[in-house]
Amino acid sequence: MIPLLSSIVFLPLLGAVMLLLIPSQMVKLIRTVSVLITGSVLILSLYLMMHFDTSRMMMQFTEYHPWLSGLNIWYFVGVDGLSLGLVVLTALLGLIACLASMGIEQRVKEYFIFYLLLMTGMLGTFLALDLVLFYIFWEVVLIPMYFLIGIWGGPRREYAAVKFFLYTLAASVLMLVAILGVYFLSNPHTFNILELAYVGFAPHWQLILFCAFFLAFAVKVPVFPFHTWLPDAHVEAPTPISVLLAGVLLKMGGYGIFRICLPLFKHAAHELAYIVGILGAINVFYGACVAFAQTDFKKMIAYSSVSHMGFVLLGAASLTATGFNGAVLEMFNHGIITAGMFLLVGVLYDRAHTRELKLFGGLSSSMPIYAFCLTFLALASLGLPGLGGFVGEFLSLAAVFGVFPWLGVITVLGLVITVIYFLTMLGEVLLGAVNPKCSAYQEMNGRELWCVVPLMMIALIVGFYPHSVLQFQEAVLLSLSRLF
Amino acid sequence: MMNIAHYVPLSPLLAFVINIIFGRKLKSASAAVAIAASIGSLILSVKVYQGLSFGYGSYHLGQWLTINGKALNFGIIVDPLTVMMLLIVSFIGTLILIYSTGYMHGDIRYSRYFAYISLFMSSMLGLVLSDNFVMLLICWEGVGLCSYLLISFWHERPAAVAAGIKAFVTTRIGDTGLLIGMLILFFTCGTFYFCDLATVKGPEPLMTLAAILIFTGAMGKSAQFPLHVWLPDAMEGPTAVSALIHAATMVAAGVYLVARCFPLFVAHPIALETVAVIGAISALMAASIAVVTNDIKRVMAYSTISQLGLMMLALGVGGLSAGTFHLMTHAFFKALLFLCAGSVIHAVGTQDIQKMGGLFSTLKITSSTFIVGTLALAGIFPFAGFWSKDEILITAWNNHHPIFFGVVLLTSFLTAFYMGRLIFLVLFGKSRSDLHPHESPASMTVPLIVLSLFACFVGFIGSPLKEAGRMEAGVETYWIMLASSVVSISAIFLAYFVYLRGFLPVSIRSRFKGLHDLLSHKYYIDEFYDFIFVKPCALLCRMAYSFDFHVIDGLVNLVADLAQSVSGVLRKFQTGFAQNYLLVQALGLVVIIIWLLKI
Repeated sequence: MIPLLSSIVFLPLLGAVMLLLIPSQMVKLIRTVSVLITGSVLILSLYLMMHFDTSRMMMQFTEYHPWLSGLNIWYFVGVDGLSLGLVVLTALLGLIACLASMGIEQRVKEYFIFYLLLMTGMLGTFLALDLVLFYIFWEVVLIPMYFLIGIWGGPRREYAAVKFFLYTLAASVLMLVAILGVYFLSNPHTFNILELAYVGFAPHWQLILFCAFFLAFAVKVPVFPFHTWLPDAHVEAPTPISVLLAGVLLKMGGYGIFRICLPLFKHAAHELAYIVGILGAINVFYGACVAFAQTDFKKMIAYSSVSHMGFVLLGAASLTATGFNGAVLEMFNHGIITAGMFLLVGVLYDRAHTRELKLFGGLSSSMPIYAFCLTFLALASLGLPGLGGFVGEFLSLAAVFGVFPWLGVITVLGLVITVIYFLTMLGEVLLGAVNPKCSAYQEMNGRELWCVVPLMMIALIVGFYPHSVLQFQEAVLLSLSRLF
Repeated sequence: MMNIAHYVPLSPLLAFVINIIFGRKLKSASAAVAIAASIGSLILSVKVYQGLSFGYGSYHLGQWLTINGKALNFGIIVDPLTVMMLLIVSFIGTLILIYSTGYMHGDIRYSRYFAYISLFMSSMLGLVLSDNFVMLLICWEGVGLCSYLLISFWHERPAAVAAGIKAFVTTRIGDTGLLIGMLILFFTCGTFYFCDLATVKGPEPLMTLAAILIFTGAMGKSAQFPLHVWLPDAMEGPTAVSALIHAATMVAAGVYLVARCFPLFVAHPIALETVAVIGAISALMAASIAVVTNDIKRVMAYSTISQLGLMMLALGVGGLSAGTFHLMTHAFFKALLFLCAGSVIHAVGTQDIQKMGGLFSTLKITSSTFIVGTLALAGIFPFAGFWSKDEILITAWNNHHPIFFGVVLLTSFLTAFYMGRLIFLVLFGKSRSDLHPHESPASMTVPLIVLSLFACFVGFIGSPLKEAGRMEAGVETYWIMLASSVVSISAIFLAYFVYLRGFLPVSIRSRFKGLHDLLSHKYYIDEFYDFIFVKPCALLCRMAYSFDFHVIDGLVNLVADLAQSVSGVLRKFQTGFAQNYLLVQALGLVVIIIWLLKI
């Protein structure tokens, strides 16, 4: 039998090696290979989804091989309801962002090599079940990301790339220490995440280790006050990289909280839930406030990501099945919706070469299809019931209300501000008097449109029939919530 | 009971999908699609109405979510209240779609307009069919969205865009209350279903709070004080939209919600009292503003706020049947009045009533139907508004609320007065500017005639919820009918003397200048909100960003700079020149020697 998960993880790596062998002048071939590889990853992950047993809460499709036996390090991958959605999301956005990368003209070969490496890192992070393996994939993500922002980015790309790299690296060093701590505190020493969940560390160790892991994940999520790398990275990153950054990279932080912080350190999670919840509410409210003050389109969406990821923290802090479901669904939805938003920002940037909101106006006359897509995704993002964003936020909110009602109230106020800034954005960009500069813009072309349409359809399906996504995660999150 | 009710919203939804995708190709056929779908809904609604005689209740459609281990099923509720709303929405919707074919003729976004209206109808029909709060909330936001899209439909005008945002945000603030309220209800009583509301028990004052918060949502939607500010601005949208959404149906959704949750409110008297007080304030405040407003559509808007206030008041004094009855009659005559206003605007090309006058001679059909609508709204016997207003008065009196009774009478006086003013300024007298009015096409006048027939006769049907507990009058109530008639007729006469005969002496005018200013500035509520909420909110956000940029990010960069400067100092020691290292070595040697020699 073919090891399915390993194929998913290492196919992009294989693609990167293949690209190395192709001369850099053959741009077309390089692009074709990249699309084929990312396409195959998507097909494999859809196959995985179809053969996934939703009723089981155990790890499925596991592969377990000795790696460094002396240290009890294993090559251990597996998928459950928590990671499945994120793997499919990564594969989907991987293909879409790859298609959106067709506009990259400079150093195409290097770009796609880094791109495929990034894919391997992201997929590996979601599938690894051994802490060392997890850490390696986690760090693998950083390097290609650094180059992708630093080489193909905007004018301040070096500053943004270095900031991103150092910030996340500094945080993940903490995680490395915590991983070693977990290893030496367990008996027998192990890096196996599933086994570690049964160890039951001493309460004071739990608090320390929880904080160390949480800080590493908090930078990635990003949690206030560790979020300032995100707007810079987003503004400078090329469009497809922004898509992956918002769509997938942020989810690695949320995933880490659910995979490691909650099951390994139950006691600490109980103790610190309130703080996590407060941080989540701050994220929602503060992120929305700052997003409202932005004049740069991309920066606004970046801060809206900060705001939305607050719901993940809130759901996690509730320590209930409802909240967990909300949080994990919100990760998926945010990935879908915000990725679409960044694609649309990119579409506009390609035409206007600016992202200043004030410089647009009346686009819905010259670009009606674009206007429809942007309105649709903005509504999805502001949590309009009937579209994806609402369900995750509603579940998180409902759970938080049961545990910390006041945080729920703050969060709801943040949602009002979210409505204000999204509608103001729509008003400035699409509506109002037609800006003469904008009247000549071309309507979205087929490629641009078909990158966004699947995302919109998913947002609609999830909004009306949330069970389509929830069915995969409900069983495992229920069992996780039973721990508390 | 046949389970066909859930098909009612589907046919406009289908029309929306068709029009949004193929609208550009369909061109004017998009109107036909929307009208056909709407008629389909109407036929289905009638079928549901016929099925009502076999009994009513609710049925499940399927599970939507699991919350705290409880399945949240979506379901359909079918009872007289729902069916009344279904009939109103699909019937008036159909008429307004027909009217729109004339009114929107030649608009560049013709098909888009019909698509939005279809989506609105679908959401609105879904709203009244929902048997639980969550499904209601989804449709509730759906109608809010359509309202936003249609208010800013002519989005080349900045005022329309601003009005759209204002409407969405203001109602969303109310919806926040609704969301919190229903979550409180869920966590204290464990239910989202309307049918459980009659039996829920929970701790006080949490339940009262929940009921009031749910009412906040209704306040936003039904434009009740203090969340009424969006409705007058919403008149930037096409007039047919104002008729359908901002007069007959969507704004009534708040009243519907309170009626739907009536058992909850009845069980918590403070919440019910709140409903009545808010309704009374809205009714009086809006009616008084309408007296001095010169924009024909804004007069209608304030009138709508005022009438919705009366419905809330009716519910608040315990008159479920009176409130819903007035909802029904109001839907017909207010839609009629808006369509008449649209026809007038279409004819003269201005909305300022001070510039109109003497239109009766040229706009015969529009004017006659306008007068019918006015009589219905003013509550003149035997037009529709008379009956429902009478029932409100009777309920208020019988339930021992003399103050609210007085409020209703005063409001009906003001209502008759400003409507009289409108009629006399617009239709009679001499034309006050150089206008060339022309009667509207048949597609617009036929709906007017149909609606005016309803405005005449719908009052005879009586409240759709008669069985649900109309207090049969123990005391003789004819004096109430008489009193309300006298009040209304005298108000119209007063308006006649003041505005047509010019009986208003200048001295009175100048004496009440302060009051006039207060009213024409809408009690300065917009300015107050701007000062209290809008500006501080923007300031807060700017401060948050500045904090983010200078403090949070500043700290991050400070750490980086610190590291860099420390390493800059340390770097000085790594010059790479062998001489320097040798020098340091030699100096070190000297230091060591001195140190050794000292000891």
